[in-house]
Amino acid sequence: MQELFSIFVKSIFVDNMIFAYFLGMCSYLAVSKTVETSVGLGAAVIFVLGITVPVNYLINQYILQPGALTWVSPELADVNLSFLSFILFIAVIASMVQLVEMVIEKFSPTLYASLGIFLPLIAVNCSILGGSLFMQEREYANLAEATSFGLGSGVGWYLAIVGIAAIREKIRYSNVPAPLRGLGITFIITGLMGIAFMSFMGIEL
Amino acid sequence: MAEEMKSKEPLFSPKNKKLLTTPLGRENPITVQVLGICSALAVTAKLEPSVVMTLSVIAVMAVGNLVISLLRKTVPPRIRIIVMLTVIASLVILVDQVLKAIAYDVSKQLSVFVGLIITNCIIMGRFEAFAMNNKPWPSLLDGIGNALGYGWILIVVGFFRELLGSGTLYGYQVIPESFYEMGYVNNGFFILPPMALIIVGAIIWVQRYRDRELIEEN
Repeated sequence: MQELFSIFVKSIFVDNMIFAYFLGMCSYLAVSKTVETSVGLGAAVIFVLGITVPVNYLINQYILQPGALTWVSPELADVNLSFLSFILFIAVIASMVQLVEMVIEKFSPTLYASLGIFLPLIAVNCSILGGSLFMQEREYANLAEATSFGLGSGVGWYLAIVGIAAIREKIRYSNVPAPLRGLGITFIITGLMGIAFMSFMGIEL
Repeated sequence: MAEEMKSKEPLFSPKNKKLLTTPLGRENPITVQVLGICSALAVTAKLEPSVVMTLSVIAVMAVGNLVISLLRKTVPPRIRIIVMLTVIASLVILVDQVLKAIAYDVSKQLSVFVGLIITNCIIMGRFEAFAMNNKPWPSLLDGIGNALGYGWILIVVGFFRELLGSGTLYGYQVIPESFYEMGYVNNGFFILPPMALIIVGAIIWVQRYRDRELIEEN
């Protein structure tokens, strides 16, 4: 239990998807104009990451790893399908995103309208595929660990986008040099937030 | 527009040249279109991975744009995203395997980021915005142009981060020993990820200062 909690907290703060790895920056920069839409997108990312990481964990464990196919027949023990992981992971992600899109359209048409193009773009949000690839690289021991890593990364992404959106709403009232307005200042603020988040580095839980 | 082009048009007509050059400046994928930021920032701590990443993206984008443009009349719009992802994923697997074979160290350094070319929005973005409704040759040029526009930012960021952060360029020492003896110290900050964001911010600042039409309202 303690192990799960430490993975969860670690993936939120220490290994934050945005500040430590820059994953999912495109939608992070483009959707963070208001807090409301960023809350919606952040929640969608938590949800999608929380589902795709465990699903891809199972796929990795029972299909892709070297020797993973022994449950089909012992003869397949030395088959290594890991070069297929990109295609399989992205297929899972694309179908999950489709599902989330349908659910949101049904239950919250206003959120659906405000997210617009960025909902389907979650499929190509690097933090989602990145989550699955990091999961594969770090070799989590069981399904529960993979799930808590997925959820933690999602929450970290959510915090980051809501934080930047709040700052951007406020910064509208300040006098930013004209060439820096919009994108430029957002980059620099994100850099500063990243430096702040680095203070979590090296924390052992 | 491009549909009207006659087959007699020279391969490097002014219009086609423009496809190659606008992404370097005014239509730059990173500083203007905000596409493909993630990988741009993560791999630039050293010059070498930035160059390798640029080459990989050029390969994937040029071939991908060409393939999508050839397929554009046969793919039903509803399933186009899956088709695009399949094309990109196959190309990226090729690049990944080639890198593992010829430059294993760099491929280890780039770790998941080669895989993440699949979800590099610059590729999807250009497929969607250009290759789906243009002929193969302009699409190829558009692919190369955008990948170059992406690449030069990567290389500039990689250059400054490696020079100021480690005092080396492409692995070779450039800042002489005597500087260190006089008390010069590498700025370790530049190795850390957040500095990449700040350098890109500065590039945007300079670019928009020189090209005032790009300045945003807010």
